[in-house]
Amino acid sequence: MSDHQLIELIERYLNGEMSADERDRFEAMRRDNAAIESRIEEHAHFTGLLKQYGKRVELESRLNAIHQEIDVHTLADELTVHPNWVVKLWRNHHSKISVAASIALFAAVATMYLTGSFTKNPSSYVALRREMQSIKRTAENAERNNKAILHDIKSSKRVINNGSFAGSGFALTASGYIVTNYHVIKNADSVYVQNSAGDAYRTKVIYTEPAYDIAVLKIDDASFTRFGNLPYSFRRSKSDVGEDLYTAGFPTDSLVLGRGYLSSANGLNGDTVAYQVSLPVNPGNSGGPVLDSKGNIIGVISGKQSQVEGAAYAIKSKYLFRVAKEITKDSTNNKIVLNSKSSLNGLTQAQQVNKIHDYIFMVKVYN
Amino acid sequence: MSKAVNSSAPTDSEVIFGILNDSDAILKRLYVAYFPMVLQLIINNNGTTDDAKDVYQEAIIVLYNKVKSGKFELSSKLKTFLYSVCRKLWLKRLTQISRYGGDIKDFEEYLPVEDEGDLHTERDIQFEKMDGALKLLGEPCKTIIEDFYIHNHSMQDICERFGYTNADNAKTQKYKCLQRLKKLFFQQG
Repeated sequence: MSDHQLIELIERYLNGEMSADERDRFEAMRRDNAAIESRIEEHAHFTGLLKQYGKRVELESRLNAIHQEIDVHTLADELTVHPNWVVKLWRNHHSKISVAASIALFAAVATMYLTGSFTKNPSSYVALRREMQSIKRTAENAERNNKAILHDIKSSKRVINNGSFAGSGFALTASGYIVTNYHVIKNADSVYVQNSAGDAYRTKVIYTEPAYDIAVLKIDDASFTRFGNLPYSFRRSKSDVGEDLYTAGFPTDSLVLGRGYLSSANGLNGDTVAYQVSLPVNPGNSGGPVLDSKGNIIGVISGKQSQVEGAAYAIKSKYLFRVAKEITKDSTNNKIVLNSKSSLNGLTQAQQVNKIHDYIFMVKVYN
Repeated sequence: MSKAVNSSAPTDSEVIFGILNDSDAILKRLYVAYFPMVLQLIINNNGTTDDAKDVYQEAIIVLYNKVKSGKFELSSKLKTFLYSVCRKLWLKRLTQISRYGGDIKDFEEYLPVEDEGDLHTERDIQFEKMDGALKLLGEPCKTIIEDFYIHNHSMQDICERFGYTNADNAKTQKYKCLQRLKKLFFQQG
């Protein structure tokens, strides 16, 4: 029996087209022959699938026909949730809005940068007092102290130890007033000064003016009598931008000279108390004098800007006159007259430094 | 928020009996009644009107098959059932095309749908294979097979329609066509 004939038999059997006789015979064959049994099942399954498929196609076409009758577009318009105009504006134009916002932000930042808004950061101001903590320096000082002891044995002067902080200062009058920064001696228990020759004196803080960052000390030491006449004078008038300047101070344990020029009539963020000076300064320079080429003191070093090279600040000498006046007014026996005659005019730099170095002090602070 | 759904909606039991009796009228009323609800769901969740049609028809077929197979238990409103199935189908579709943003804007209550969609998909694969095989089969085989096995036409009708001189020729032809269809069908798997 060919496969074709078998399939035909199976179809007739499944469709119930066989006579009772024929069906009995076929069912007997089916029971005996597993191959025929599986062919029947396979055929029934496949034709069943075909029928189901046909029904599905028919159902789909019925659904499509129904769908045709619905006015989908009108319905869709009605049923779409319309967001309010702000949301619509954002959806339709968000890329443009984003670009515009970015440009605006960029422009604002660029403008702020160019106008220097970012540089007005007070934290960039560094006060230049020096902390006395490094081991190397301690060792150096130990040696110095030994020398000082020897020196003091000879001259019977006070032996001093290493301080916690150090700055610079200079003589205000020959009678023993010394100027330094307020921030140098702030919170001090005791303050000593020491010049490059090694002469050290105990001092008393007699006047402070935090607003100008100025402090005045007076030597209060039995071994002190009087300085010689001050070689420099104090300038009362304003100094001009571009003037050659120099400073001397104690950023290390010996006197260091720094040269430069007056770079701006005002200090940090337009502070009128100070000049901006272009001078190499470091911690320890605070309180040092700023002199012009004729030997006039024009200011007191107070600090510098940390992120900007060559921007240091010096308190204008004008404020020293104010301070002198205040001290004079407040006491009867302390009369301060600032020297107005410089003996340095016309001398070379080296000669000038040589003359002034005894009047510039390292200010040592203990607390 | 949701628009009122067509008031001429058939009752749920009307729908069940309508499907069992192959009633065209009920099918139409059912379709028209709930299509707006599904359209609203789809077009407000990143879909088009065509997406809505596909999803809705798929859901109707799920319902249809469930009812026909006697497995359908009306544990909720029919409307909720259809909405839930559509919602599930659409979520699946959105995930497939990576357009699913993580939340779906809902307009109706819905129930969690377990596996209706999956059952349906298994059958769909078979039907797609059959569809592909029939397309490849070509004429006159396709019509012969469809007429005989789907539309239940007799061999006599087929003989006349295709001008075969005798029923045996037609039967031979039908046999060959069926063998080819089987081959094509199983090749696709």
